[in-house]
Amino acid sequence: MGAAIWMYLKVFLVGGLLCVLGEVLILKTKFTPARILVAYITAGVFLSAVGLYGPLVSFAGAGATVPLTGFGHALAQGVLHAVQENGILGAFTGGLTATAGGITAAIFFGFIAAVLFRPKPKT
Amino acid sequence: MQNSSSKQDRIAEYKALIARITPKSKLAVGCWRAFWVGGLICVFGQTLIDYGRASLKLNQSQASAFASIVLVFLTAALTGVGVFDQIAKYAGAGTVVPITGFANAMVSPAMEFRPEGFVLGTGAKLFTIAGPVLVYGISASVIVGLISYFVR
Repeated sequence: MGAAIWMYLKVFLVGGLLCVLGEVLILKTKFTPARILVAYITAGVFLSAVGLYGPLVSFAGAGATVPLTGFGHALAQGVLHAVQENGILGAFTGGLTATAGGITAAIFFGFIAAVLFRPKPKT
Repeated sequence: MQNSSSKQDRIAEYKALIARITPKSKLAVGCWRAFWVGGLICVFGQTLIDYGRASLKLNQSQASAFASIVLVFLTAALTGVGVFDQIAKYAGAGTVVPITGFANAMVSPAMEFRPEGFVLGTGAKLFTIAGPVLVYGISASVIVGLISYFVR
């Protein structure tokens, strides 16, 4: 029980701090939310590739995988495993295979929501 | 004597008033909000992963994908009914940095540009922000894959 609470605390702290970093970038630099997303996913790919992001995932679970850096981590790990198994072809198949669920869900649910709902009038 | 003590009271009152009405620094408030909302979204993601592992018998990466799919679904639905924008206005980067930000960035423009048609409105605008994110993420991963192939 204590271990579970400790785990959730780590998830909260690491996930929260990654968001604080984003907030500082938005308020103190010219980063727009779109640039934040691009920067986070790209940083996640390279941090994961050099072996720095994996330990953070083991430490903080969803605190590291739910932020968009975790999406980059999934891309990088997918590619690295696929290259080991299938050689150079894996460099082109591994990333999307590993992230297919999230990307497909975002396209499908995003499309359905955009068809079903109207934007609220801006007040 | 009476006079000076009432003067000190008034100074203390004045200082309390200043402390009460001075806006806290935008940065501190923004960081606090991003921290607790973003942290909470990740905790919710962790409960989804734990549920996926224990009840759906998924392995770690499947459970992680399951959590992403549920978070994306909830974000799309909440964006549709207009609730997500309220949360995002409060939380700033707290909703942008998690995968909820990615999902919201797809739904919002797709909804807004629907009057331009289902193909070039909804269909194209889904990728206004998701497009660049996928371009850079996928390109970076291919570079990593090629390096790992040639360097090992």
